[in-house]
Amino acid sequence: MSSATGVAQSQQSQPVPAAEAPPAGTGTSGAGGSATEVAPRVAKDYSSYRVVAAKHPWRWVGTAVVALGVLAVAWSLATNPRWEWGVVAQWFTAQSVVNGLVETLKLTAISGVLGFVLGFILALMRLSASPLLVSVSWTFSWIFRSTPLLVQMLLWYNLGYLYEKISLGIPFTDVRFFEVQTTTLISQFAAAVLGLTLNQAAYSAEIIRGGILSVDQGQLEAAAALGIPAWRRSTRIVLPQAMRAILPTAFNEIIGLVKGTSIVYVLAYSELFYTVQVIYNRTQQVLPLLLVATLWYIVITSVLSVFQYYIERHYSKGAVRNLPLTPLQKARKFFATHAAVPNRRNS
Amino acid sequence: MTDTLTAPTATRGLVEITGVRKSFGPTEVLKGVSLTVEPGGVAVIVGPSGSGKSTLLRTINHLEKVDGGHITIDGQLVGYKLRGDRLHELREKEILKQRTDIGMVFQNFNLFPHLTALENVAEAPVVAQGRSKEDARRRGLELLDRVGLKDRAGAYPRQLSGGQQQRVAIARALALDPKILLFDEPTSALDPELVNEVLDVIRELATSGTTLIIVTHEMGFARDVADTVVFMDQGQIVEQGTPKEIFSNPQEPRTRSFFSKVLEPAFNI
Repeated sequence: MSSATGVAQSQQSQPVPAAEAPPAGTGTSGAGGSATEVAPRVAKDYSSYRVVAAKHPWRWVGTAVVALGVLAVAWSLATNPRWEWGVVAQWFTAQSVVNGLVETLKLTAISGVLGFVLGFILALMRLSASPLLVSVSWTFSWIFRSTPLLVQMLLWYNLGYLYEKISLGIPFTDVRFFEVQTTTLISQFAAAVLGLTLNQAAYSAEIIRGGILSVDQGQLEAAAALGIPAWRRSTRIVLPQAMRAILPTAFNEIIGLVKGTSIVYVLAYSELFYTVQVIYNRTQQVLPLLLVATLWYIVITSVLSVFQYYIERHYSKGAVRNLPLTPLQKARKFFATHAAVPNRRNS
Repeated sequence: MTDTLTAPTATRGLVEITGVRKSFGPTEVLKGVSLTVEPGGVAVIVGPSGSGKSTLLRTINHLEKVDGGHITIDGQLVGYKLRGDRLHELREKEILKQRTDIGMVFQNFNLFPHLTALENVAEAPVVAQGRSKEDARRRGLELLDRVGLKDRAGAYPRQLSGGQQQRVAIARALALDPKILLFDEPTSALDPELVNEVLDVIRELATSGTTLIIVTHEMGFARDVADTVVFMDQGQIVEQGTPKEIFSNPQEPRTRSFFSKVLEPAFNI
């Protein structure tokens, strides 16, 4: 065992436990003087010893306590009859609930996309050199971030009270190309989309602006010096780099939006949350039905999180030396290393 | 078309800078600078930091707008167009077109970190000059080969050393077949041992017929490669001449005191 390493060490091979000979001239204590007298040091050879990992007893205690807690929660969820899991299962895939779910997804998708597109435009306005564009963009964000979404929603739905008709024409003249009753134009769905979109745009504008600002100015200069046109500069050079800063917060927003759609219940629009309310008002099974809605929101969020992970990974290309492992690769690596003999040797 | 780069074509790339002024807020960083660089010439600008060297360089491709004076390249105004008795500022599109004649290499490389070395080099020829993707790729590989990095074509900038990144940046600037190449302290951000690999590439370019204007603190390199050495201080050109004149026999006291600080004693012509 130690023979191979012993040979490698060779030349001055004193046996392993080389007693550290104290330097001879301790009395002088000055440095260089006695350098020639010091006996040639023999590096101790540690290669044949076994490595014992450090012990972390408190980590084990902590793990045990938390595991116990988790178990207790799981146990109570499973055994407390008042959760009424049977009712949950019965309604989870009921047609009306699924219809509500589809509406929720529809609202999220439409107002998410429109909100971020509008937010992108607002961010560009905010970064432009025109003071008017800057202040309009600023005011938009200011107003929509300062009013409760609930109020915005009700306001849009009741727009017909403020403006009976909506028309398209030339301002300050009597020319009208198109005129319509506000109440027919603003359905519940339209009011919901309008409210969610405008609110979302105000927040996403700030997120996108922050992302753009995080990209180094030198990147723009280099692109300009290469004669790359402005649009291409934004889409090919700045945005892909800004995405790294934008994505985590953007997904936060989207996930917020998924649940934010539940506020649309005030318009009696039958998305997931409103549907569930209607059902439990009829059956009085309040908690199990809220649980149904909650579980669906969890499912949506989980799916989004997976998307988030892979999209972020895509945009980290070039920003990190090597891409992080995907969970799948990590799992494979974990089993590959831990399936092997646990006591690691220093060889 | 491709060999315009290697064949010495000393007929293009005349840079004439006339009375250029530029202020940042209350500070005047260029106080009427005039300089002529002949086609295919190599001008090295030296001087203390804050003397306006980099700003002057950046005015040549209109990254900085001048407040006064003008710059021409082969007789064509940079950033403006003479119409009647007025100078009209060029539109963005026209400025971008002018810039394709002027390559620039930055102190911090400014490579696009999310693109590979080859993508960095091949991007501009496609979008700024309308070359085909295939053509730009092939040419990009040629250029990477020329700076000795053909085998790293697929690497991202962060996977390259500083010297390698700067060589990619030089290849990127060359991809547009510029008449003029501007170097803004190309080795200042590099470890000493990596400086030479970049300087070797620039040395090779100096004989290729492209006009080079280089801001640097590498005095030995300046002496080797320059036709003209320009010494700037406080927004003005104090002295210019051949390397021999400037380094061995500076006329102005300011030049002398600067070189006495930056040149090591053993440095002789």
